[in-house]
Amino acid sequence: MKKGKRIYLDYAATTPVDSRVVKTMLPYFTVKFGNPASSLYSFGQEAKEALERSRGIIASVLGAKSGEIIFTASATESNNTALKGIAFANRNKGKHIIISSIEHDCVLNSAKWLQSQGFEVEKLPVDKYGLVNLKDVEKAIRKDTILISVMNANNEMGTIEPVKEIGRICRENGIYFHTDAAQSFGKIPIDVNRMNIDLLTASSHKMYGPKGAALLFVRKGVKIEPFLHGGGQEFGLRSSTVNIPAVVGFAKAVEICRKEIKEETQRLTKLRDRLMEGVLKKIPASYLNGHPKKRLPNNANFWFKFIEGESIVAALNSYGIAGSTVSACSSLKLKPSHVLLACGLKPSQAHGSLRLSLGRWTKEEDVDYVLEILPKVVEKLRKISPFK
Amino acid sequence: MYTKKVLEHFKHPHNYGKIKNPDGIGKVGNIVCGDVMWLYIKVSKNKENQEFIKDIKFETFGCVAAIAVSSIITDLAKGKTFKAVLKTNKDKIVESLEGLPPIKLHCSVLAADALKEAIHNYLFKNKKEIPPELKKHHRRVKKEKKIIENRYKDWIKAEEKIHKNGKRISNKK
Repeated sequence: MKKGKRIYLDYAATTPVDSRVVKTMLPYFTVKFGNPASSLYSFGQEAKEALERSRGIIASVLGAKSGEIIFTASATESNNTALKGIAFANRNKGKHIIISSIEHDCVLNSAKWLQSQGFEVEKLPVDKYGLVNLKDVEKAIRKDTILISVMNANNEMGTIEPVKEIGRICRENGIYFHTDAAQSFGKIPIDVNRMNIDLLTASSHKMYGPKGAALLFVRKGVKIEPFLHGGGQEFGLRSSTVNIPAVVGFAKAVEICRKEIKEETQRLTKLRDRLMEGVLKKIPASYLNGHPKKRLPNNANFWFKFIEGESIVAALNSYGIAGSTVSACSSLKLKPSHVLLACGLKPSQAHGSLRLSLGRWTKEEDVDYVLEILPKVVEKLRKISPFK
Repeated sequence: MYTKKVLEHFKHPHNYGKIKNPDGIGKVGNIVCGDVMWLYIKVSKNKENQEFIKDIKFETFGCVAAIAVSSIITDLAKGKTFKAVLKTNKDKIVESLEGLPPIKLHCSVLAADALKEAIHNYLFKNKKEIPPELKKHHRRVKKEKKIIENRYKDWIKAEEKIHKNGKRISNKK
């Protein structure tokens, strides 16, 4: 490892904040620091204006109305609000909720908690690429189904779900449709109307904005209970003083992504394909997780036979490369990834998974460096492994 | 989250690989996370006619901690008599590595188990007297091993073939 050489390939976990975003945020810490709820004087007015401007920018990118964007503190909060809020507001209509089996833990565990509150949750299976089948969606629907939640793109392997079609099925059946777009917003185009989305979660820190800002799009007319009760901010759906610097940063980040999405998608897709093809060609007994084409432009995910993911990540780190794994050893629960198991991988296979996610500052030479180092790392760990 | 010592052993593990015609093999697996550890030993007798571990090597499929405990246990066991080696428990392993994260403590048990299993295997093969604790230990490990072997049965079968014929990694999943 060259001294100080560090390559970040975990953009799916979090992103650095773009310096243009930081610059936009700074005045809102020190000068325009007012509380938007105190809008009788100029300090509050400045903050209120910034909040509404940010809301407008993001709404227009999603094809939503300003009044349909609720700012929250995290995608986890947005997903919790969506599931629990819809469940409790519509429980007189029904208690049946459908989610996919590869949702993020915050959706899975919200649904699990709702089960303890008397709701019924059904999990949709996925195929070997992680795709939800529309026929399964139709089959799962009952008279008392109130909500379907399927993520826009999966966080582990980047598979892009047929959200538009699932939304259409929900429309036809009078069921609310929520999608978790934490991984996809800013990377692939989203239009809440064209895609028949009633509720959508997105997060700032996955798209070069600051941590601590996220949103929940709630279509006008959707019946939802708030999660936080208090001063009635965010149209009564999320009481709390809004984190103005973070929200302003989020909006700036969205604006930049909108401007650059076309070129950036092309650039990242090319780099990602170079990485995927290189790894599969250079490393024997290596396999791709997720769909070869229907995947986020920045996500590559593999599994390597006979070795374990945490070891791979740790060994890569000693060469300055930051990647991630959801192997059993790396998880707090010591269980293999529920996503990879849902795709049909055996626990032994899921044990050797590696996710490399690219981003705004990934260069071709970084990918080439990984293609030089990763085969060595895999080979060494295989020498140590009893299986060959 | 790992100590310097753990990372040192992970990056440069001591005594990894196979021993041809070993005198004893200890094969253990962790039923929780799925890690697998195989320990090979060569046994000799010292001047006092006591059996000792002349050579030891490991093969491990697992995380940083699993590889580090494998490496350290070969250091702790090499050249020692059975009597001394059987005193090596998980605490000694953890101490030698200057600590393990709480969630990784089970890996140290795996290494201690593998070593005891290798000695048990040697004594059993040579029809020697097996101490009762070691017998008891073997019964427990055997139960867990069944579960783990079932999980990796395809790979283990392939491995046995390699031992016979010598072959490289196949592309079959």
